[in-house]
Amino acid sequence: MTSVSTDKLPPSPTGEGVSAPDGPWKRLSAGLLSSPTAVLSGIGLILIVIAVLLAPLYANHVAHTDPFRSGLSAKIEIDGKKVPVMQRSTEGLGLGVTPIGPTWSGEYMLGADTQGRDVMARMLYGGRSSLLIAASATMLTLVLAAIIGVAAGYTGGLVDGVLSNLIDMMWAFPVYLLAISLSIVMIGKTIVLGPIELSSSSLIIPITIIGLVYVPYVARPVRGRVMAIKNSDFVLAARGLGVRRHRILLRHILPNVLSTLIVFAPMLTALNIVTESALSFLSVGVQAPNASWGTILQDGQALLYSRPTVALAPGIAIMVTVLLLNLFGDVLRDVLDPKSARGR
Amino acid sequence: MTKSSEENPAPVLSVRGLSVSFRGARGVWSEVVRGLDLEIGAGETVALVGESGSGKSVTSMAITRLLDPATSRLGGSIILDGQDILALSEEDMVSRIRGQKVAMIFQEPMTSLHPIYTIGDQITEALTVHSQISKAEARKQAIELLHRVRVPHAEARMSDFPHAFSGGMRQRVMIAIALASRPKLLIADEPTTALDVTVEGEILDLLRDLQEEFGMAMLFITHDMGVVAEVADRTVVMLRGEMVESGTTAQIFDAPVQPYTKGLLASVPRLGTMRGEPVPLRFPVVDMASGSVTPGTKLDRTPDTAAPLLKIRDLVTRFDKRGGLLQRRVAQVHAVEDVSFDIYPGETLSLVGESGCGKSTTGRSLIQLSGGRSSGSVDLKGTELFDASGEKLRRLRRRIQMIPQDPLASLSPRMTISEALTEPFLEHRMGSRAEARQKAEMLMNQVGLQPDMLARFPHEFSGGQRQRVCVARALMLDPEMIIADESVSALDVSVKAQVVNLLMDIQQNLGLAFLFISHDIAVVERISHRIAVMYLGEIVEIGPRAAIMESPAHPYTRRLIEAVAVPDPSRRHSRRSQEPVELKTPLHPMSYVPPKRRYIEITPGHLVRDDAMTAA
Repeated sequence: MTSVSTDKLPPSPTGEGVSAPDGPWKRLSAGLLSSPTAVLSGIGLILIVIAVLLAPLYANHVAHTDPFRSGLSAKIEIDGKKVPVMQRSTEGLGLGVTPIGPTWSGEYMLGADTQGRDVMARMLYGGRSSLLIAASATMLTLVLAAIIGVAAGYTGGLVDGVLSNLIDMMWAFPVYLLAISLSIVMIGKTIVLGPIELSSSSLIIPITIIGLVYVPYVARPVRGRVMAIKNSDFVLAARGLGVRRHRILLRHILPNVLSTLIVFAPMLTALNIVTESALSFLSVGVQAPNASWGTILQDGQALLYSRPTVALAPGIAIMVTVLLLNLFGDVLRDVLDPKSARGR
Repeated sequence: MTKSSEENPAPVLSVRGLSVSFRGARGVWSEVVRGLDLEIGAGETVALVGESGSGKSVTSMAITRLLDPATSRLGGSIILDGQDILALSEEDMVSRIRGQKVAMIFQEPMTSLHPIYTIGDQITEALTVHSQISKAEARKQAIELLHRVRVPHAEARMSDFPHAFSGGMRQRVMIAIALASRPKLLIADEPTTALDVTVEGEILDLLRDLQEEFGMAMLFITHDMGVVAEVADRTVVMLRGEMVESGTTAQIFDAPVQPYTKGLLASVPRLGTMRGEPVPLRFPVVDMASGSVTPGTKLDRTPDTAAPLLKIRDLVTRFDKRGGLLQRRVAQVHAVEDVSFDIYPGETLSLVGESGCGKSTTGRSLIQLSGGRSSGSVDLKGTELFDASGEKLRRLRRRIQMIPQDPLASLSPRMTISEALTEPFLEHRMGSRAEARQKAEMLMNQVGLQPDMLARFPHEFSGGQRQRVCVARALMLDPEMIIADESVSALDVSVKAQVVNLLMDIQQNLGLAFLFISHDIAVVERISHRIAVMYLGEIVEIGPRAAIMESPAHPYTRRLIEAVAVPDPSRRHSRRSQEPVELKTPLHPMSYVPPKRRYIEITPGHLVRDDAMTAA
């Protein structure tokens, strides 16, 4: 009926001829590439990053403007005629000035703001700040959360008790209340940390604030994961082999916590973009002369009825970026979760 | 018992040319069961045997159509009680077939019952879901069913939750639920694999009795030839999705035709084959291709009984159970209680007992990895292990190594085998990186693997190969003793024999001492010089292998040995005691003081706990 051929070693229990499954990183990239959602959202995100990185080029060669200097008296040429950027208001009593609307061409493509600055150029520079803050804050959160989560989960006992209670206390604060309180303390002063001097307009301040407030949300799950891995057979085996504690931590536990951290990265970045915008909108985030999508949104608030583009442009930029990040993050989580359908 | 299908012309289940395919990665379909024919008459038991991956469980899932239609395809025909199963809709399966004509019991009674409903609720639900009977009537029938499956105090236990039942009792409840609708066909998928030997015997007896009472057809899926010999009228042997051989159980066991069947039967450890053998004997080497058997060779090296390698005295390990508002200790689990024994260089001492008896905890306590509070004395050639901690303990652990039960779980998934092997060597500063590499290659050869496999990750090996890797990893540190904690229990029979032989080769070559922890008495009989039997955290009997196996003195030892299913259909057990033994617990209040035990030496080296004479 069947002839059985066996060499010295037994056939694999899953059956001979079935190739061994790939390693974790190969599986991750293969999983991402096989999902159109992940590929498309990934491309979208890369395009956004390239666009904001090209901001100086755009300002110098396309818009011919300095987006950080007010252009109240600037004039641009439209259809051969010189037109002032700040035009006499046509609404109401005809008092005051209204910035120029979208020209849909090189200069003032999306119009000007109340200071007569090019909104499109500011959008690109603002995107730079927004994305830089979101990404750096994410890194900060992940690093801090990994340290706290691993320390609490692996050490246990008193250290775990103290850290867990600190996390809980931070968690009990509403995020924005905490962020606003931190901002009010930090902004407006020049902070001197040894050789480093932080001016109040430095982006490091919003990065630190946003990075700190979300630490509990990541540290908690990391701690749980570490506690599970700590009691796994392979860690027990390593202890039995006499492997030192710090090596168990670095080589056995940390690589297995990485997937938990990776899952958080895109979602946290999306969340940070929204948080940064909200803080900047409330004037406690990015400070002048820097721009971010949040500050442009605030600029646009005053022009909401006459020049809605100024507010709509950053709003749409935030929405699209956050959406792309979340779409990408969803697929990433599915791929990394072995129990999900896509994870196989 | 031996009703043949000729008496019953229309079989309950008739499977013709069944094929099952699964969709794998990248949408590739792979056929896991091919051309399977199967027929079961009323009152007949057919066993489906094979090693892991042979497609036996998939077959049972196909019969009940429980496979996800999105990722699986079925071919051939399945006729159950005159109905073509493959032609029915999912609604028909639910309303008329599953739980009605066919019922299933599974391997894991711990997870098959719903934890938040009482046993009574779950049985009455099974009774009322398909038929219109009153609540009171359903309750009456449920109690009747519990009586049928011999759950003691059935009426009182109706309102208990699953966690209050032991594994064997839960399996009885599962059987009661399966029988609620009086099915024509009962599919039992490894129903006794997760149970202890003594409980296994009870459940097999129960299934046989119930089958006679109800006149059901039974499809029994198992990897255990001993269980097959106990229950099956006919046997179907499967290998990688194909039927290799089928026939009456007596035929299969007495005159197997196919080489694979011969090989499978020859690799099964049989209790009692060591009678009269003075020293441990390797398993026969079976060539699965030809079915030819080379008898196992003796272990030539004798233990050095001059001075013990490890002296264990009054070992006690307890786990705290905390409760109350302040998480204070309210009770203690006496996992290991007053255990003393010696191990000599080059000797294998086996610890046997049922699950929860403390044998694994004993092994882990020796190297302070149990996680509980231990006291007593563990003396390794003059060094007291329980005095050591921190760096000193880490260095001492090098001398006693463990081989785990689950090799996949105990290898870090993100480290290559090369890293896994060299890491402990380098951590103990035993040599340079190049020396570590050299030693790893040498050991890979020694455990029967190729050195070029070092670059692979753990998931790229088969179960048996992984266990060889774990053996090599333990040997990297030149230990004096190895604790093998259920190291071969999870392996298929043919692989199990190979790994046991490997351990014996290593003992012969290196003169290591082994503490072999296992519930599988047939394997223990092969490998041991001495055996210690544990029950509820205490050793009840310890002595030379021959003395324990051939003239057990403690009633518990006798019960343990008698309960082992023998892979010989002609030696089917006569009825065992029908009353299941209630489980005792090692959980005691804080004030509990365990009685001081005394041991009686019957013959030199053969000690038995002093309650042996009275407990019977």
